[in-house]
Amino acid sequence: MSRTLSIEKPWQRWAVRAGVFIVMLILVVPGAWVVLTAFRPNIEVLARPAVWIPQQLTLNNFLGIFGLLPTQQGLPVASYFVNSLVISVTSTVVAIAIGMMGGYAFARYRFRGKATLFLGFMLSRTVPGVALSLPLFILWSRLGLIDTSFGLILVYLAVNIPFTIWLTDGFFRQIPVDLSEAAQIDGCTRWQAFWRVEFPLARSGLASAAIFAFLTSWNEYALASQLTRTTASKTMPVGLMDFTAQFTVDWTGMSAMAVLIIIPALVLTFIVQKHLIAGLTFGGVKG
Amino acid sequence: MSFWRSPRATPYLLLLPAIAVILAVVLVPLLVSFWTSFTAYNLTRPQTLFQFVGLRNYQRLLGSDDFWWAFGRTVLFITIALNLEMVLGLGLALLVSRITRGQRTLRTIMMFPMMFSPILVGFQFKYIFNDAVGLVNNALFDLGLIRQPIAWLVDGTLANFSIIFAEVWMSTSVFAILLLAGLMALPKEPIEAARVDGCNAWQVFRHITLPFLMPFVFIAMTIRSLDVARAYDMVRIMTNGGPAGRTELIWTLMTRVGYQNSQMGMANAMGYVSIILSIVFTFYFYRKLVGARAFMGGAQ
Repeated sequence: MSRTLSIEKPWQRWAVRAGVFIVMLILVVPGAWVVLTAFRPNIEVLARPAVWIPQQLTLNNFLGIFGLLPTQQGLPVASYFVNSLVISVTSTVVAIAIGMMGGYAFARYRFRGKATLFLGFMLSRTVPGVALSLPLFILWSRLGLIDTSFGLILVYLAVNIPFTIWLTDGFFRQIPVDLSEAAQIDGCTRWQAFWRVEFPLARSGLASAAIFAFLTSWNEYALASQLTRTTASKTMPVGLMDFTAQFTVDWTGMSAMAVLIIIPALVLTFIVQKHLIAGLTFGGVKG
Repeated sequence: MSFWRSPRATPYLLLLPAIAVILAVVLVPLLVSFWTSFTAYNLTRPQTLFQFVGLRNYQRLLGSDDFWWAFGRTVLFITIALNLEMVLGLGLALLVSRITRGQRTLRTIMMFPMMFSPILVGFQFKYIFNDAVGLVNNALFDLGLIRQPIAWLVDGTLANFSIIFAEVWMSTSVFAILLLAGLMALPKEPIEAARVDGCNAWQVFRHITLPFLMPFVFIAMTIRSLDVARAYDMVRIMTNGGPAGRTELIWTLMTRVGYQNSQMGMANAMGYVSIILSIVFTFYFYRKLVGARAFMGGAQ
């Protein structure tokens, strides 16, 4: 900040650089170490004294968790992956559709109970997943929804809708009302005006809202761990726990699975980086 | 019937699906858990769902040492974590803001921990802090600093330290990124004016930069207290409340009582305590945010 007036001394500049370097190291090394472990043979990981520089890299850990190695009994990771994908994508698409309708209503209409409803949606997000899992477990087992994809999709809808409403409300507010009014004067119905004018303008915002929703479902553990049982609906984060027995942990297998969980998250977060900051701040500061 | 066909009904119709989902998946279950918190409901004996016991679950909770330990530890955990994350996040944002070249890359690296789901953060640090194969012990060994492995996740104090470390690693970025955005938006004129008037760097920071950043701090605090319970995932995989309950938080205790001991009534009573805890923290910071925003508005 003092950039403009005071001239930094060289040692100060180097101190700042060193500080930033150390922090970045702390942020990157743990994750990178897990990724590296995923490609190393088990013997090397367990070796004593520790082997710091990998002598050989292998894809066997990945083949192993998919059961493609003759020596190792595989876990149903393939079906966990498919479950995760189906559940996350479905709940995202539906949550965006429903949330967009809600966000549009909050941004464009005045109606009784508006503030209360909005507060209600936001309050529903303060309920911790673990606490919500208890009654959902009771209800879902009576309704036969335990261990079904549908049951989990429904839950993730409720998790994602409030946040989607909050984001899309902001996006639609940024689009001037005049635009859709002009379209309506030119003969569009309100419905057509929405699809031809407002929706295209809000599209990039909606895409980032969709990515947030996807990531929330993809990463969720607390609810999924109680509401799923078998390969019929178990998701990747829940499957990760399969690798820990009472006293032994399969570090390389777990790391390989961790890499599979992180890849989609990495790619998607990278895409929404810019919106991430904007999405977090604008609702808050500008009010 | 005519109301539902009139234009006045449009916003309600648009909101109907969202309301229906929240009702079915959040509100009704919350009512169920409210009811069960007043019963002796045990998963193994379904008929106990209608055995009303009044406030007995709550009374037992308040008289239970295990609960108070977990509750106190949770409050302490949230307080330490949020404050550390705030201070470290502010420090990191200030550091990065002074680097002119490559700032975009640094910001991308800062986002790295945010890509990890809490369960992955937990696994990662379970591995890093493992006494036999962990990165930390291996490094200390080879540097000749220790002869015996340090049991990071087995010793009570160290396990709590490891969990706080993991939590801070996971969430400091949220603060750093938001505060960096705040620093970018900082108006230059007041600072230059203050410098011309002879303020030193600390005075500028204390009286101009910090007040300007406060709304950003409170946004971050509000966002964080909303999802503070995601620390459950992390603790679940790292220690699951062990050793001997030394890292037990209210969330891990709840699942142990509910699913392992099947005492759903008791667990739901605890669930309500945790919900109230989350709401109190979120509401507190939200109020602060509104206050800080009003202050900023008045200053302009």
